[in-house]
Amino acid sequence: MAIGVKVVDRPIDETSYIRATVKGLALTFKHLMNPHKVTTQYPEEKDALSKRWRGTHRMLTTEDGKAKCVACGLCPTVCPANCIKLVPGEDEKGNRYPLLFEIDEFRCIFCGYCQEVCPEEAIHVGRHYENAEFSREGFVYDLERLMAQTHPVSELWDPADPRGE
Amino acid sequence: MNNYVTIYPPQSTFLFVVFTIIKMVIVFTVYMVGVALLTLAERKISAWMQDRHGPNRVGKGWLQPAADGLKNIMKEETYPGAAYTPLFVLAPVLSFIPALVTWAVIPFAAPWASRWGMIDMVLAPLPVGFLFILAVSSLGVYGIVLAGWSSNNKYALLGGLRSSAQMVSYEIAMGMSTIPVLILAGNVSLNQIVQQQATMGWNVLNLTVAFFIFMIAAFAETNRLPFDLPEAESELITGYHTEYSAMKFSMFFIAEYANMVTASGLMATLFFGGWDIPFTLWDNIAPHTLLKTVITQGFFAFKVLFFVFFFMWIRWTLPRFRYDQLMSLGWRFLLPLALAYIVIIASVVLGIDAAGLWGRYIGPGRILSVANIILLAVNMVLCFLLFWVLDRGRIISPAYSRLERRDLERLRAMSAARIPVTAEAGD
Repeated sequence: MAIGVKVVDRPIDETSYIRATVKGLALTFKHLMNPHKVTTQYPEEKDALSKRWRGTHRMLTTEDGKAKCVACGLCPTVCPANCIKLVPGEDEKGNRYPLLFEIDEFRCIFCGYCQEVCPEEAIHVGRHYENAEFSREGFVYDLERLMAQTHPVSELWDPADPRGE
Repeated sequence: MNNYVTIYPPQSTFLFVVFTIIKMVIVFTVYMVGVALLTLAERKISAWMQDRHGPNRVGKGWLQPAADGLKNIMKEETYPGAAYTPLFVLAPVLSFIPALVTWAVIPFAAPWASRWGMIDMVLAPLPVGFLFILAVSSLGVYGIVLAGWSSNNKYALLGGLRSSAQMVSYEIAMGMSTIPVLILAGNVSLNQIVQQQATMGWNVLNLTVAFFIFMIAAFAETNRLPFDLPEAESELITGYHTEYSAMKFSMFFIAEYANMVTASGLMATLFFGGWDIPFTLWDNIAPHTLLKTVITQGFFAFKVLFFVFFFMWIRWTLPRFRYDQLMSLGWRFLLPLALAYIVIIASVVLGIDAAGLWGRYIGPGRILSVANIILLAVNMVLCFLLFWVLDRGRIISPAYSRLERRDLERLRAMSAARIPVTAEAGD
């Protein structure tokens, strides 16, 4: 008795095996006859995502199809995973725009800080999760790809849920 | 008791060989396809019992066995470096063949009086059919033990050891539980055991306790839950077939289902009248037309499939036994029970014999046999004793029943006082 043994006090005269087995069989048979199939049949059925879901990014665009990003550099600064690469540029009118904007979705931890910090509401985390790729390089999203994403963006907090405040 | 045996003119050797080969091909095909479909049935039934869908992708689920088979054939066969290869390869075959061979002596339908002579619907109508089953079914353990040993893997070896201990223990109870069947039938030929049940009522009515013991032992023999200790995924990483891959692993899987079908066939034959149709003697008397053969075959298939379903039903209901529970159930409960039951049934049969009550009937017509009524009455008393009196914590004992009385009191006092139990010298 080297280890602590917990002795469960069972009244030996009232325990049974056969009758308990029959009870168990009745239960499983009940489920067999009337299974409450709760499995979501994934590719055909999909569960609704939360409004606060943070998935792969999306860059919003202005009406003339350019990225809203002004290359202020806040998102690479705030990014805890250091996954955003940004090289700012400036056109002849003095408008700043990103020369290079890449997000490594493999390094990203989907915290949503980039969306929260963005003054132009340009970069967003998206409500999206089907993003498998065949190579690691495929996970580095450049600006064109970020702008081409069409999935809904995250709201980061749900106005209907007071706990999100 | 043997007046119902009819002797038919023998077939010519040539016809006998031809029909035997035809029967072999048919039975083997049906058996293997059935086993494949059983894997699907098992997955579907388990899914429904657990409120899931089960396989529903490959051809709505129906082609799942084919997909599994294809996958297993295409996969790479791995050989562990330290394994003893000859036995490693032989083991899956050895575990599969006994299950298949046992099926050869089980009669699966009423005989057919064709224009080519009487055709027994059994592959090998051995006069020692039952002894053959006992001999062959105990060979099944070799496959598992050799698989466990030749893998050169401690988990596999543990699985093989457990399997041998389990099979040896339950083989005895299984053999003993069938002695009453043989006492009633007065013969070891399975055909005659079926015929006897057709006239005297199914053995499950007369010998319920023997059926109960046989059923438990059959579960243990086939390594199905709650007796799947040789596999024990949570403890031994699937035990004896840990090192097996691809088709060799699949062979063990097929062997398990083949064993299950064979055990179901045995239960149906020994205790549920085999191919007999209840409440009528129409199927047991001449003329033996093809129609009777087909219908009795249907009844036999239904009985076998019911037991297969029962195997699965139990599997998804009960958890695995602890090893000491397994051993004490086999040696301290089933074996004494089986021995006592033999004594009781032998005494009753001897008493009926001495009183000359065989073939006596009461009431109108030749329906209620005195011997049958006595057997049924004895059986009801014994069933009451077993299921209401003995089943009070005596069949499966809790862990503390192994402790000495004073140790138990000490532990109880300690756990009540929440004092941590300390190691004692010499423990």
